[in-house]
Amino acid sequence: MFEVFGVSSQVLFGQLLIGLINGSFYALLSLGLAVIFGMLNIINFTHGAQYMLGAFVAIFLLQYAGLGYWWALLIAPLVVGATGIIIERLFLRWLYQLDHLYGLLLTFGLALITEGVFRNYFGSSGLPYSVPPSLQGGQNLGFMFLPNYRAWVIVFSLTICLATWFVIERTKLGSYLRAATENPTLVRAFGINVPRMITLTYGFGVALAALAGVMAAPIYNVSPQMGANLIIVVFAVVVIGGMGSILGAIVTGFGLGLIEGLTKVFFPEASNTVIFVVMAVVLLIRPAGLFGRST
Amino acid sequence: MKRLISLSALAVAFGCGAAHAQYTDGTIKIGVMNDMSGTYADLSGQGSVVAARMAVEDFGAARKGMKVEIVGADHQNKPDVGSNVVRTWLDVDKVDVIVDVPTSSVALAVSEIVRDKNKVFLVSGAGASDLTGPQCTANTIHWTYDTWALANGTGSAIVKTGGDTWFFLTANYAFGMALERDTAAVVTKNGGKVLGQVRHPFPGTDFSSFLLQAQASKAKIIGLANAGSDTINSVKQAAEFGITRGGQNLAALLAFITDVHALGLQTAQGLIMTEAWYWDLNDANREFTKRFAPQYKGIHPTMVHAGVYSAVTHYLKAVEALKSDADGKAIVAKMKEMPTDDPLFGKGTVRADGRKIHPMYLFEVKKPSESKGAWDYYKLRATIPESEAFRPLAEGGCPLVRS
Repeated sequence: MFEVFGVSSQVLFGQLLIGLINGSFYALLSLGLAVIFGMLNIINFTHGAQYMLGAFVAIFLLQYAGLGYWWALLIAPLVVGATGIIIERLFLRWLYQLDHLYGLLLTFGLALITEGVFRNYFGSSGLPYSVPPSLQGGQNLGFMFLPNYRAWVIVFSLTICLATWFVIERTKLGSYLRAATENPTLVRAFGINVPRMITLTYGFGVALAALAGVMAAPIYNVSPQMGANLIIVVFAVVVIGGMGSILGAIVTGFGLGLIEGLTKVFFPEASNTVIFVVMAVVLLIRPAGLFGRST
Repeated sequence: MKRLISLSALAVAFGCGAAHAQYTDGTIKIGVMNDMSGTYADLSGQGSVVAARMAVEDFGAARKGMKVEIVGADHQNKPDVGSNVVRTWLDVDKVDVIVDVPTSSVALAVSEIVRDKNKVFLVSGAGASDLTGPQCTANTIHWTYDTWALANGTGSAIVKTGGDTWFFLTANYAFGMALERDTAAVVTKNGGKVLGQVRHPFPGTDFSSFLLQAQASKAKIIGLANAGSDTINSVKQAAEFGITRGGQNLAALLAFITDVHALGLQTAQGLIMTEAWYWDLNDANREFTKRFAPQYKGIHPTMVHAGVYSAVTHYLKAVEALKSDADGKAIVAKMKEMPTDDPLFGKGTVRADGRKIHPMYLFEVKKPSESKGAWDYYKLRATIPESEAFRPLAEGGCPLVRS
């Protein structure tokens, strides 16, 4: 065992692993934001509320239908994704021609309304949801006790992130999507239904948020403001990674989780500001973000 | 994004012959300010407005020809927002008394403004014992609980049963610091030892990192010097990381019944906590709860709500006796002079430093098998008599006491 600045390597490894776990939430959420921004040019401020909706749907499924975590992992993203599709059809599609600001304000308003409604009906303290029985317990890694559920969070989130990246960057469907962002008129001329593709993309981005919400339900307090607490950090992650960059969102999500984890050991008081310090520095040096293309 | 929500303006009565009493602009105006949208919204929030309204009704203000109005606002747990609201209330809206104000950093700021404007401040939600210590004023009464009482109740009970080494997980603002300081003093006094502490940003989401540091300290007790969703998340994640199974125990230094409700008994069982009031303690409390809960989405009253009720009741009595709501210092002096008596807290007193004195209770959270249903969560472990529940007058360092 060695020591770094008076902190034993044992503690350090534990903290790095925990940083990675938090990073997987950042990555999953910022991925959804990046997909939506990349394809729709909408800064989706409802993302935090949709993450919260995912967690609440998981609780409703358990309470009213007796369906546990695994079903929630499947159903909640579909349900919340469907509400996303409705939002896109009803509101967002009118805004594509306008300035970014309109999309931002609309989605921000929707987030406030959603959170307000949930607070009104369920209060602000939140509702209990427990870890699924098959993932309870944990492994003693020598340097720390790793709950099985957290290990699952890392593995699952990494899989989803990489799969999304693969679909968008390496498949034919992904190439249609990217082409539609660059030049919708041309892509439409090839007989591809661009509006529907955009609708489904938004639905998918929202579903990712809901998925993260279900994954968060057993470990974080499920309350109406759970998304609002996280969303600002996630936006910083997206800005650092480069708006709309898929790979950027994933890499920065995990990376910032690690940086935050280290800060929690060496200077815990600053652990919620460190991400914004990084953001300021990155914007000074690379205004388009680490992985962004300057236009 | 300043949200000042005027929540409920309730004119209880229009006193026709109120000419004999000198109320500023004819109305006694009560301003309930707290967290209406964030982490403390269930334990205070709208519920405190409900409690204040019930106090006014039960006092029979209408019958007595007193016109009382209640306004509410959200301070978002931010001292700057809270100060702005209070200034507007006192200067423009002619509010006479500020009530509740959880989040100690906001309460300390408000206490100074209220002193400068010579109005009245009745604290129920905030905890920092500094409010009746170095920063006490002649216009502030600290009603329900404080960090010293929590530390004294929970801290000494735990040290006496063998939990003699502590590590603190502290919310990094006035309340957390005060709670950590007061608890550490109790632990040391009872022969225990503080091994370390970590201060987390407020509010936080993930506490696993801090919990691991607590685990590494090998302390027997991890003291949670935080509140609301921070406490909920800490307890939830401590269970997940097997901290309690590893032989360490948690001490939730401030937890409310709404937190236990959010955690569920499965996770919360066995927690020991100090509170000033519990809804199922006696008939009067149950009666109050039966009226309160339907007006507040079924949420059962916390000690903060009960404290608001009790404080507003006593305030109205003092104003009635003085026949005036103009001079804040005079009203507070009257409130200190008159013994308190209300259905929820029984008989008590207000001390020279502004500390309201009543017994405190040490509760243990029931096992799921012991609970008869929702909100049946506590069993009483001990009653801390009023003579021992709060910091001795001489030790607080309040300038009002020395003079």
